[in-house]
Amino acid sequence: MGKLINPRDVYGDTLIELGEINPDIVALDADLSKSTKTCKFCYRFPNRFFNMGIAEANMVSVAAGLASCGKIPFVSTFAVFVPGRTYDQIRMSVAYSDMNVKLFSTHAGVSVGKDGVSHQMLEDLALMRVLPNMKIFIPSDPVITKKIVYLMAENKGPMYSRVGREPMEIIYDEKELEDLKIKRMLHIKDGDDLALIACGTMVKNAIEAGKELEKKGISTGIVDAWNLKPFDNHTIDKIAKKVNAILTIEEHSVIGGLGGAVAERLSETGYKGRFIRMGINDMFCESGDPRDLLEKYGLTIKHIVNQAEKMV
Amino acid sequence: MLHEARSGHTGGSLSAVDAIVALYFHHMRHNPGNPRDPDRDRFILSKGHAVPALYATLAECGYFDVGELLTLRKINSRLQGHPANIKTPGIEVSTGSLGQGLSFGIGVALAGKLDGKDYNVYVMVGDGETDEGQIWEAAAAASHYKLDNLTALLDRNRLQIDGFTEDVMALEVASERWRAFGWNVLEVDGHNMREILDVLHKADAHKNQPTMIILHTVKGKGVSFMENKVQYHGVAPTDEEYKKAMKELDELEKKILEKYEKRR
Repeated sequence: MGKLINPRDVYGDTLIELGEINPDIVALDADLSKSTKTCKFCYRFPNRFFNMGIAEANMVSVAAGLASCGKIPFVSTFAVFVPGRTYDQIRMSVAYSDMNVKLFSTHAGVSVGKDGVSHQMLEDLALMRVLPNMKIFIPSDPVITKKIVYLMAENKGPMYSRVGREPMEIIYDEKELEDLKIKRMLHIKDGDDLALIACGTMVKNAIEAGKELEKKGISTGIVDAWNLKPFDNHTIDKIAKKVNAILTIEEHSVIGGLGGAVAERLSETGYKGRFIRMGINDMFCESGDPRDLLEKYGLTIKHIVNQAEKMV
Repeated sequence: MLHEARSGHTGGSLSAVDAIVALYFHHMRHNPGNPRDPDRDRFILSKGHAVPALYATLAECGYFDVGELLTLRKINSRLQGHPANIKTPGIEVSTGSLGQGLSFGIGVALAGKLDGKDYNVYVMVGDGETDEGQIWEAAAAASHYKLDNLTALLDRNRLQIDGFTEDVMALEVASERWRAFGWNVLEVDGHNMREILDVLHKADAHKNQPTMIILHTVKGKGVSFMENKVQYHGVAPTDEEYKKAMKELDELEKKILEKYEKRR
């Protein structure tokens, strides 16, 4: 296993870098700055950090007000709270008003672990995907996390990004991501039999599953859907032409997230191959060790390999 | 406007309009030729349903043509049923889902402090709107950050859709609630121009605390048969009501002009 780095630390450190470059960068948190790592920004720029207390609805609309004056607010808390508690504030104050607000949430997914269902956000991508004007980015390793935070600061408009609680292995080197572009998924590997399209924490698992499948003689393509919206139809169309089996994998409900987006495109374009969505199967999970949870709810490398084998 | 649109919120527009007129014509620093001037004072209509009062004011100020008012709520119009900053010049943020405008105003006030700007932020909140929890999140935050460049105006017309505020969800004693949250609280007759202008100056001069101005108002003010009537919250006047209301308002205007002429 490679070196593990927590994407939350990368987020906090990158915010400081950006803060040095651009005085308009500000950060808001709702009493979770030590967990989301916006505390790092707070130590460096105390005047540009606003702790809004445990009051997420207010925080989101306050961020919109700051953005209306030319500030670039990064709003952070756990994903269950933003967007979970604040859909209407994001819809009205941010998305419809087209404010330059950056929502960067942490602790997304079932791998939050022992805190249980109240803290395991599995619907955020669906919630944000239906909002016009919203752009969505899902980092799959520490390197792209940094790249995405930069990209959010440098491009205008409402944006949402989410990372989990757990540290991540490095997938990319910085050079590989030099010309990372919005609306272009990352083609990690080509394959002729099957494509695994994954996002966030599941990209690493897809890569490992791909290696196993290759050993079994199944030529497996791997795609990192780091940018869920605006959606990269072009890449999906290319994959659909090439392989007869497509499997999406995400730490999110199978409804409305990556699997939903790919399914919509495939059905509209008349895909004739096999297609399966892997994710959390329209259910609430439970407390437990992150590894045990991913095992029980079917999101390990082994689960991906088994599912893929059945499809080719 | 509302009669032409055949829908909209008549009562709450009439209770709010005097304070809005006072702000735009006699108090705020703003420039209809440059609605995005970074040094402008901001007005945010958190009770977005009263937007006809704001549209009429913005048009009279010159943000857009008065004739455009008759397009309210119609297809392809810039004048949406509730405020939309992306459509209408002079609108700061989209509201209409209650409870968000005060928080937005806090963001604008914080940015003003960060940038060392001397603009003021005025947010009009409905009394029924203060049922929303987000208002009290905002109330706490504004006093925590000592936002003395922020003034809220509570349109205390005592009615909300389902009836009297005190029957639907009691909010008295409102002044004590806001004081308890750390605000400077002032109360005036929300239809007395002189009182409104005086109190706005007092609010601007107050330091280290945000100010809440409780405007004691009458829902449907100026139209006898609409005053204090809950049924005119969310409906436009019928043809007959429109004629009757306009007659009353025209007579009122005549009276005001005569009084004004006499004084000159």
